[in-house]
Formats: sequence, C-alpha cells, structure tokens
Amino acid sequence: MTSRRLKRRFAETAEDPTLQVSLTVNGELIERTASVRMLLSDFLRHELGLTGTHVGCEHGICGCCTVLIDGKAARSCLTLVAQADGTEVTTIEALAAEDGKLHPIQQAFKESHALQCGYCTPGMIMNIFGRFNEPEPLDLSDQGIRTMLSGNLCRCTGYVNIVAAVRRAAQLLGRV
Amino acid sequence: MKPPLFRYQAPKTLKEAVIALASDPDAMVLAGGQSLLPALNFRLASPSLLVDIQHIDELKGISIAHGQIIVKAMTRHRELELDERVRQANPLIAETMAHVAHIPIRNRGTVVGSLCHADGAAEVPLVLILLGGSVVVEGPSGRREIEADKFFRFHLSTARRRDEIAVEARFPVLPAGSGWAFDELTRRHGDYAIAGVGAVVRLDAGGHANDIRLAACGVASRPIRLLEAEKLLSGTALGEAELKAAGKAAADLVSAPDDMHATNAYRRRVVAALVRRMVAKAAARARTRQ
Amino acid sequence: MSTRQFGARIERNIDPKLLRGEGVFVDDIPLPQPLHAAFVRSPFARARIRSINIAAAERHPGVAAVYTCDNIGDLDVEMPLLIPHSSMKHPHTQRPLARGDVYYVGQCVAMVVAVNRYVAEDAAALIEVDYDPLDVEIDIEKAVEGGAPLVHADAPNNIAAHFVQVSGNPDEAFAKAEHVVKIRVQVERSTAAPMECRAVAARWDEVSQELTVWDGTQAPISLRGGLASILKLDEDKVRVIAPDVGGGFGQKIMMFHPDELLVPMAAMELGRPVKYIEDRRENFIGASQERTQIHYIELAAKKSGEVIGLKDSFLHDTGAFIPYGIAVAQVASTSIAGPYRIPNIWVEFKAVYTPTVQVTPYRGCGRPQACFAIERAMDQLAEKLGIDRFEIRRRNLIGEKEFPYPREGLLFADGLKVTLDSGQYHKALEMILAELGAANFAAAQQQVRAEGKYLGLGLAFYVEGTGLGPYEGGHVRIHPITGKVYVNTGLSCQGQGHDTVFAQIVADQLGVKPQDVIVVEGDTKAFDWGVATFASRAAVVSGNAIHKTATIVREKTIEAAANMLEADAADIDLHDGAAWVKGSNRFVPLAAVATASNPLRYAFNKAAQAATQFAPASRHDGPPLEEGKAPGLEASDYYSPPCATWAYGVHGALVEVDPELCTVKVNKYVCIHDCGNMINPMIVEGQVHGGVAQGLGGALYERLEFEPSGNLANANFVDFLMPYATEIPDIKVMHLETPSPLNPLGVKGVGEAGCIAVGAVVASAVEDALKPLGAGRFHQVPLTPSMIQAALDRAGR
Ligand SMILES: Cc1cc2nc3c(=O)[nH]c(=O)nc-3n(C[C@H](O)[C@H](O)[C@H](O)COP(=O)(O)OP(=O)(O)OC[C@H]3O[C@@H](n4cnc5c(N)ncnc54)[C@H](O)[C@@H]3O)c2cc1C
Ligand code: FES
Ligand code: FES
Repeated sequence: MTSRRLKRRFAETAEDPTLQVSLTVNGELIERTASVRMLLSDFLRHELGLTGTHVGCEHGICGCCTVLIDGKAARSCLTLVAQADGTEVTTIEALAAEDGKLHPIQQAFKESHALQCGYCTPGMIMNIFGRFNEPEPLDLSDQGIRTMLSGNLCRCTGYVNIVAAVRRAAQLLGRV
Repeated sequence: MKPPLFRYQAPKTLKEAVIALASDPDAMVLAGGQSLLPALNFRLASPSLLVDIQHIDELKGISIAHGQIIVKAMTRHRELELDERVRQANPLIAETMAHVAHIPIRNRGTVVGSLCHADGAAEVPLVLILLGGSVVVEGPSGRREIEADKFFRFHLSTARRRDEIAVEARFPVLPAGSGWAFDELTRRHGDYAIAGVGAVVRLDAGGHANDIRLAACGVASRPIRLLEAEKLLSGTALGEAELKAAGKAAADLVSAPDDMHATNAYRRRVVAALVRRMVAKAAARARTRQ
Repeated sequence: MSTRQFGARIERNIDPKLLRGEGVFVDDIPLPQPLHAAFVRSPFARARIRSINIAAAERHPGVAAVYTCDNIGDLDVEMPLLIPHSSMKHPHTQRPLARGDVYYVGQCVAMVVAVNRYVAEDAAALIEVDYDPLDVEIDIEKAVEGGAPLVHADAPNNIAAHFVQVSGNPDEAFAKAEHVVKIRVQVERSTAAPMECRAVAARWDEVSQELTVWDGTQAPISLRGGLASILKLDEDKVRVIAPDVGGGFGQKIMMFHPDELLVPMAAMELGRPVKYIEDRRENFIGASQERTQIHYIELAAKKSGEVIGLKDSFLHDTGAFIPYGIAVAQVASTSIAGPYRIPNIWVEFKAVYTPTVQVTPYRGCGRPQACFAIERAMDQLAEKLGIDRFEIRRRNLIGEKEFPYPREGLLFADGLKVTLDSGQYHKALEMILAELGAANFAAAQQQVRAEGKYLGLGLAFYVEGTGLGPYEGGHVRIHPITGKVYVNTGLSCQGQGHDTVFAQIVADQLGVKPQDVIVVEGDTKAFDWGVATFASRAAVVSGNAIHKTATIVREKTIEAAANMLEADAADIDLHDGAAWVKGSNRFVPLAAVATASNPLRYAFNKAAQAATQFAPASRHDGPPLEEGKAPGLEASDYYSPPCATWAYGVHGALVEVDPELCTVKVNKYVCIHDCGNMINPMIVEGQVHGGVAQGLGGALYERLEFEPSGNLANANFVDFLMPYATEIPDIKVMHLETPSPLNPLGVKGVGEAGCIAVGAVVASAVEDALKPLGAGRFHQVPLTPSMIQAALDRAGR
C-alpha cells in the first residue's frame, strides 16, 4: 500500500440547509449553526462532544439515546436538533456531581451490578431519572419497575439487576 | 440511517403553517416526529419540506366542552394520558393511552399525529372509532370536520388532504352509566398491537346491554367497529353463550393476512378472546357505575 | 492477611466511568476531521452485477472517495478462511466489495467516504448498480436437494462441509435397543444484536507510517496480525485498539467484516481519519449471524430408560460464506450427548450454503441447537417409557466418580478429544427438583386447571466446553511511584468485567486492593501476545495466565522486600499494599519495593527517597543489576490449557400458557450452574442472567425472517423482537462449585452458559402445560403464539 503521494482534494462542505439553534444543554446555553436534518443525538455527540448519549438503533426502539428534553425523557435519535431549539436538554453527563460523585441512581446501578458493557446504561438511567422526576407515583412492584424499564433494551444483563437497581435507587432517594 | 435532505420551517401561526404546507407538493407536517423520524432515518420518507407545528400556540392544549374532549394537534400522548379532567370525562382514554409505546415516546408523540399516521394497529385511532369522534382539519380551502368512520381509509392513509393540517381531534366523553374496557395483545410491551379491542357498554336496569360499542385494531387495514358482534350482544344479558357468539362474529371480521408476527388464524383467536374479556370487563364496570 | 478477593462480590472498577457517560466506544473517539463511510449493499440475495455507475456519487459535494472492487487494489481478493478444515470441500469467503456476483442481501458493493455520514448516505443512494437477479433457495432442506439453485457453482447441492464423527459402536447399540425414539427439531436463524453495532475508525500517521485502528472487536491482536499481512505493513506499524465495546456475543470475533479492511485502507489513501459506524439496519443485513439447524436425532434405549446409543444427523445453515470454518457445527456435534453417559454416538452434519448473511459463532455457538435436540429427545423418551422427566435424566447422567469422562472419537473445536472433566450432575438435578417444587407440581397443575389455567414445568441440562486454547498471556507490573499494579492481557472486553476479575486474582497474590489493580487490555501496543475473547475462555485462559504471572511478581516482591527489611523471605507477607515482616509492624510499601528493585541513578520523587531508607533490594555483588535479572517488579507469563474444561448446569421453568391468547408467561426461572471456582459470583450471575435473557429471546421472540427471495423482512428492532424487561422474568441463579482439575485456579468459563438450555426448557414447559389439551409436541424455537395457536387448532381446541 503506497501512501506517500498527493492526497485527493474534495469539497469539504455539504449542501445541507442550516439553521441557528439555541438550546440549553446541561445548564449551559448553546448557540450553533446546524444542518436542519441533524439528529439531536448526533448534535450532542459530535457537535458538543457529549458522547455519553449512545445510539443503538436510530428508530426509537432501544432507548440508548434517551435524554431529557424540558425535563421529560425523550429519544434524541427521533428528535431533530431543530426541534430542540429553545428547549432544555439534560444528558447523562449532568447526573454525577462536579467532583464525580455518582448520582443515587448511578450508585444503585453500581451496587447492583446493573451494567455490563454499559452501552445501554446512560439511556436506561436517563429514562429512570425522567420517571423519578415525574409527579406521578412510582410503582415499585416487580411488574411496575419492568414496565418503567420497557422501552430500553439491554442485551447484557437480562434486566434482573437493573430491576434491583431501580428499587435500590428508590431507597437511596427516599422514594419508598 | 440518517435522514435525507429536506428544508425545514417552524411557523408560529397556523395560517403560516397552512401556507407553508401548500407551498410545496412534497411538504409534510412534523408533529412529535415519533413516526416520521424513524421513517426519515430509514429513508422511507423523503419530504422536500418539513413544516414543524410545535411552536404554534393555537395547536396546544386540551379542553372539554359540550360532551367533547378537544385535543389540539400538539398535545402529546402523555399529556392526554395524565390529564385529570380527561380521566374523569372518559377513563377509557387514559387506560388505552398507557398501551401506546413507552413513556419517552409518549412524551414526544402527539395524539393527533397518531391519528394522521393511521397505523392499522394503533390504539388512538381505535378509540376515536369506538367513541365516534372526529378530526378537524384546516387547509387552504378552509376548515372541515371529518368523522372517525370516514377519516381512516387504510393502513397509513386518511381522508385528510395532503395540504391540510389536522388541528384537533374530538373524543366524546363516556356516556353516563357506561362501562369501558380496552386491552390488546402485543408480543412486546409497548409494541403496536397484534390485535386490540375496546368496549363501551351500558346496561339497563335488568342487566341487559342497551348500548354497546366494540372496536378493534390490528385486525384489518384500519381500525374497525365490530358491528356484527355488537348486534349479537345488544339487548342480551351478556351470558357465556352470547359472548362466545360475539367473539366468533368478531373473529370473522379479521381480514389481516398472515404476517411474521401472527397468522390470520391466531389473530382471529385473539380477537374472539379479547371481545369476550372486554365486554365482560366493561359490563362489570357498568354495573358499578349505574 | 487481607481477605481473599477471589470469590468475593466486588463491585466493578470500570463502572463509575461507564455510569457517568465517560465510557469511550469507537464512535466516541475524538478524531481530527474524520471522514465517514457508508456502503451500497446488494438488494438481491443472488445476482450478477452488470455494471456499477459511481459518477454521480463521486461528483456529489462532500464526497471524498467512492470505492468499488475496481479501485481497492490488493484488497480485491477473497478474505481469509480463518479456520480451515478437511471436511470443507468448497470453502468460500466474501470479498470486501463484491466483484461480479452478489451472494446475499446486504453484501457490500461499493463504499462512499464523505464529510459526514448523512452525505455519505446521500451519495451512496446515487450509485447505480445494474443487477441480473438469479434464482435462490433459502430453505436448507430444499437447498441440499438436487436441482436447487446453487449459491456457489462449485459446491454441489450447496454443501459447504460434510462431517461424521463416531464414538463407540452406535450400530451395535441400536441393534440392541429396546426402544428407539426419533425426532426432528429445528432452531431458527438469529443474531447477536449487541447494543453497540460494529464500528471501525482508522488513522494513518504519515510521519511515523503507523496505522492506528479502533475497532469494537473481540480480537484486537488477531485483527492486527490480519491487517498487517493484508495491508502489507509491518506488524509493529499497526496498532489495533478495542476501546470500550458495547457487547459482542461472538459477532465481533468474526474478522474481517469488509469495513475492517476498507476503512484502514481509505484512511491510508485519503490521509484523513476515516470511520464507519455500522447502523442497526446494517448490523442486521451485514454482520454475522447464527443458529439455523435442523436435527434428526435418535436415541436407542433400554426399557430401564438407559440410553445406550445416539444418532444425530443435522443440517447447519452457514449462510453464503464459511469464513469461520465448521466451528459452530462442530461444537454442536460434539455437545450432542450433553451430560449423559451415552457411550455410542454417531453424529453427522452437512453445512449448507444459503444466499444469506454468513454464519459465524453467536453466544452459544451450536450448543443451544445441540441442547435443544438432545433434551427434547430425552423428554420424548421419558414420555414413551412412562418415566418422569427428572428420573430419565437421573438414570443417564454421568456420575461424580466417573470423571474424567472421555468421548473417544469426538474432537472438539480445539481439535482435542472431548473429555468432560468434572461435575456434580446428580446434585444439580436434585437442586432444581427441589427449587421448582417438582414433587408437588402435578397437584398444583391439576388444581388450577379447573380455573382454566394451564401450568407447565420444563427443564433442560446442558454442558459447555469452555476455556479453549491455544493460550493467553499476562503481564503484571508494580508501579514504582504509586504502588498500583498494572496488568495486561491480550483480550478485549465487552462487558464481562475483566478489569475486576483479573484485578481480584492479582490482588490476592500481591496483597493490594482490587481497586488498585489497573487492567489494560484491548490495545496491541500494551500487550500483543494472545488470541481473543470467545468461547467462554477469558477467565480460564487469561485468568490463569495472569495468576501465574502474579505469583512470579509476588516471589520477586517478597525476595526484594526480605532484602530491604533484612528478614527471611519465608517471614514476609504481602497485604495492605506493603510487604510486612510477619507478626511485626515492620513493613515496606510496594511502591518502595518496586522503586528499589530498579537500580536508579536519580531519586526524583518521594518514593525513590523512601526506598533509600531500607537495605538494598538485592543482596548480590557486582553490577547494580544482577546478571540474568530484570529491573522492577514485573513479569509476563502464559497459560495454555491442556484441553477444554466443561461447565454444565440445569435450568428449569414454571410457565403459564393462556390457551385463548396463546401467550406464555414464565412464572419462575431457575438456573443451577457450575463453572468451577467463581472469581466473582456477582459477575457470574450477571453473565448467566444475560445469557438466559438472550436464550428467552431465542426461545420465544427472536427470529430473522428471511423471505423466499432472501430478503430479510425484519432488519430492525421493530420486527426483530428483542425482549424488554417486561418480557423477561426474574431469574434465580444457584451455584455449584466443582473446581476444574485442569487449571491452577480451578475455574471454568461462564460467558455462554446462560443461553444454551433456555429453548429446550421453554418448549418442555409449554408442552407440559398444554398436554391436557392434546396440543402435542413443540420441536421448534422460537416458539411463537401462532405456533401454539396452530397446535391447539389441530387438537380441535
Ligand atoms: C418505539 C415506538 C413505538 C411505538 N409504539 C406505538 C404504539 O404501540 N401505538 C401507537 O399508536 N403508536 C406507536 N408509536 C407511534 C407514536 O405513537 C407516534 O407518536 C404517533 O404515531 C405519531 O405522532 P407524532 O406526533 O410523533 O407524529 P409525527 O411522527 O410527527 O407524524 C406522523 C405522520 O403524521 C403526520 N402528521 C402528524 N401530525 C399531523 C397534523 N397535525 N396534521 C397533519 N399531519 C400530521 C406527519 O406528516 C406524518 O406523516 C410508536 C413509536 C415508536 C418510535
Ligand atoms: S438510538 Fe434512539 S431509540 Fe435506539
Ligand atoms: S449493559 Fe450492555 S447492553 Fe445493557
């Protein structure tokens, strides 16, 4: 394979229409020009470098990309960044304290061995976090927790320890 | 799996939105995006313009008046599901909404979007059919109200013209003294239904059904009323034999062909069972509400 | 003494970073100005390519390059046949980009590299490929019949491999049999579907002429070797890094997927980092799959229920290519007799080409199919003889005293004779019987039947050859400043907690906290001797290698510390991060020992100064570094297992079937499991839970739906029904620990165990539940509601 030769030149830009978006991400006001078709997931990950939000399907089933939009859990892969204009977005990076101390939900995951590869984990946690923030009462029965988790796929854990982690998180947060 | 190129507008008023939609024959309305974005990501849809209606204040909110629950276009599933007034006025709605997808999807997806999307297996269209509601649309030639029966054509197709925006849906409140029930069979929690059945039943003093409405989703190319089954049950005391006969009549209305998730024969069995169970459940509730 | 870390439920070292969203997966690596690849893939299962027109795509703004087979130079060849075997007469592997013909829907035909993935996909859509579609047959039973369209013209009847293995004298056994049962069972095509799809990124450094490849692979070292040889680079100039990997389950062992060669090539040619992040649709139509097998299994038994012979003939779908050789089918064939004595075995398979995605190992690797065959056959035999399902097993299980139990004539996937090394099979059976309440179950079943409820009990045994060779290595070094311990091995991790279990092993030897042991793997620049993560081998092979290495470092440490403390080596103990003179409060921190073990010129830190307070670490005369010794507290060593070590277990379930809705609800799921000594029971349980859930997917939900045309109708998570938490029951795991006699730690593998038995358990349970309705037998998984409906229909219910 030869490599020491002139590299090809090409137009670096795409022909995408763009728009100016302004949104708050993890408390910080972000103003950027973005392609109108850019998914919020890609915006967070590649424009802002917040790679804790993962992408597992880009069609709404796996939940890996879950973030909060205006305090409510949502799929960032099914949201254009254009649609998030003017909103407040919270990602997994905002959960732990500044000094790195884990949020009680994260702590519960660790104690319960509720993650293996950790790919589904941020989405799982943001979904749970969103649910814990709702005023609706939590159903902490086995079935209730499983229903809460449904919408987030995990291929590693068989969910058993994630169910336990939700219960533990509820304890740590004084919700039981 | 990234969306193809399109242009994007986010008007602040309905009027602007109608103009924008009419301006381009390949324009599409973007509401919650929970059906449209997957289609874009798979490049199964290729609109040249998306008209995002989320910033239009006139399209927000839920109100109840004159026996109708009026759900404006940008009302998210979860809002309708949790609305206490709606729970009082028609508990069937909240019960059914809990079966639509999962909370993060319901936080974004809209009720009217679901009606416009018109998936043959979707729950919200079934509710509209069951209750006899309607959809109000507005286009360059004005506003019109389309009854549920006429609104759904077939899978993913409605009577809404391409240049019309659905501005609201109207769900009748539950008739006084009626019992209700909805359940569905899905392979996975939150999936579209293999089959779903809703029932609204009112009983007379003697315990006979004097008003009964049944509808199903997932069994045909659009949600359907189970009229044959209603007929068989109407005026009866809803005994075992009648329920069985109604179940069978409902099964005979299943036209969905075999697909990877269910054979036609299986859907028939499910619909028959759900009709029996839902009628019994609705009747039991009717008894307590009399 | 510190408490023993081996066997403790230690929380994982890696978790905080993953929990905070600070994990670094391939697509998270910040690369300067990366370009993105997208592929044009065949829409036909079998077709001839008449022409490819890339002109419009090349002109498209933002496109850097478009590749077809015509401009990829030396890469335009069939990719390596990784594991050759004499049973394969016509082995075929795919080309990175199709030349002439395409062989499955999803095969890569062209690659576009552009400024971002959006534009790359736009341009890919502009490439016009003119295909001439050919006839196909995707049903493996029809594909082997004469006259079926051929996938490869040189492979008659689409047979890729044919192999027969014999143990004992099966013909004689069948001649003597008092009862014979014969059944046909089928397991369907599935896919690993890790939550992170496959991903590759590459950077070529023009100055150093070095290629760095980030690949979510299970086999970084093997990949490096392959890349170096195919790209004609010095191995030393290729660095492969498997960063955090979002699950693998076998799919990520397979190499090369086309992108793994094409992306590095493009990075070299374009002088810019290039990445390819496979999307979910591509993972379904492009990445390796597994499972379809159809077995005809026969058991020859005595009246007593003793099984004296087994014959099994099966078809194995290998897809359009067979890059991984016969591994899957071979593992199935050698696992076919399960935990039973069955002394006479004849097992034959034909690996069949179909115009579908290639088949390579997916967690379980042939074992779930073999387990389904033998366990369903055992149930059938029990029924035929009127013996209870537990009893028939009890009469055939290998006894504790009978180990090691060889199966002469059967060669496992490592090329070595199958020899079950140890176990307490009967004890496991009694445990599950008790846990399921099997003794009272019939009464419970009877009782609720009156209410229209149908309960069923199912069980299945499995064995699993784990910890295959050839070898792995370990490298351990105590850091001279911090006293922390750095450990390397040649694997990569996809969530199995290597960083914690290996830390526990080392912690015990060196008397440090597992949190102070830093395991670095998955980087060929950190350690580059070894094979890969597969076949439930990490704990066994790397675990023992690391253990051996740690004992060497322990000895070095003790010797040096004894010198420094002017004590006898026998009196030195390592705990709490220091070396202690036993029974005294005299100690030297490990950091100081490590520092002192490295004859230094300059004391530029506190650790070095501290070390000088002690006597020298070495008592020899002569030059500062003794002849034949290495500086520092460091060692490398290797472990090569003599043969596979066999884990086993038995799973049982109580289910409720609703005959109206044909739904199956698992009310209780129990696993009795034995993987030898457990390093970390918490992690073992996690592995088993995950395996069971994957098994339940395969038992009830997950099936790739290939249309007769070869098109995959459910290449998405909407229609490929991977279960959510709502579809998976609580799973109870109970342990037995029979140490493996084969390795110093006494461990066996656990990675795949959970998924093996589940299909057989569920089918057994559903059959049991619906017996009163005359629904008959369930010999196929996934077992869908429509299948239950059809069975009830046939029974007139
Ligand atoms: C994982 C997942 C699971 C799901 N499961 C279910 C389920 O079980 N049951 C179910 O019913 N749905 C389900 N959905 C779909 C969900 O309910 C959608 O939100 C809904 O169908 C569409 O609403 P939307 O606001 O998101 O519409 P959009 O996606 O924005 O639009 C959908 C379509 O309707 C048109 N449209 C939307 N609003 C209007 C309007 N006001 N006027 C004119 N046209 C309009 C759009 O142009 C588009 O064609 C699921 C979605 C996902 C991703
Ligand atoms: S990536 Fe968004 S739901 Fe899967
Ligand atoms: S931990 Fe790997 S997918 Fe959930």
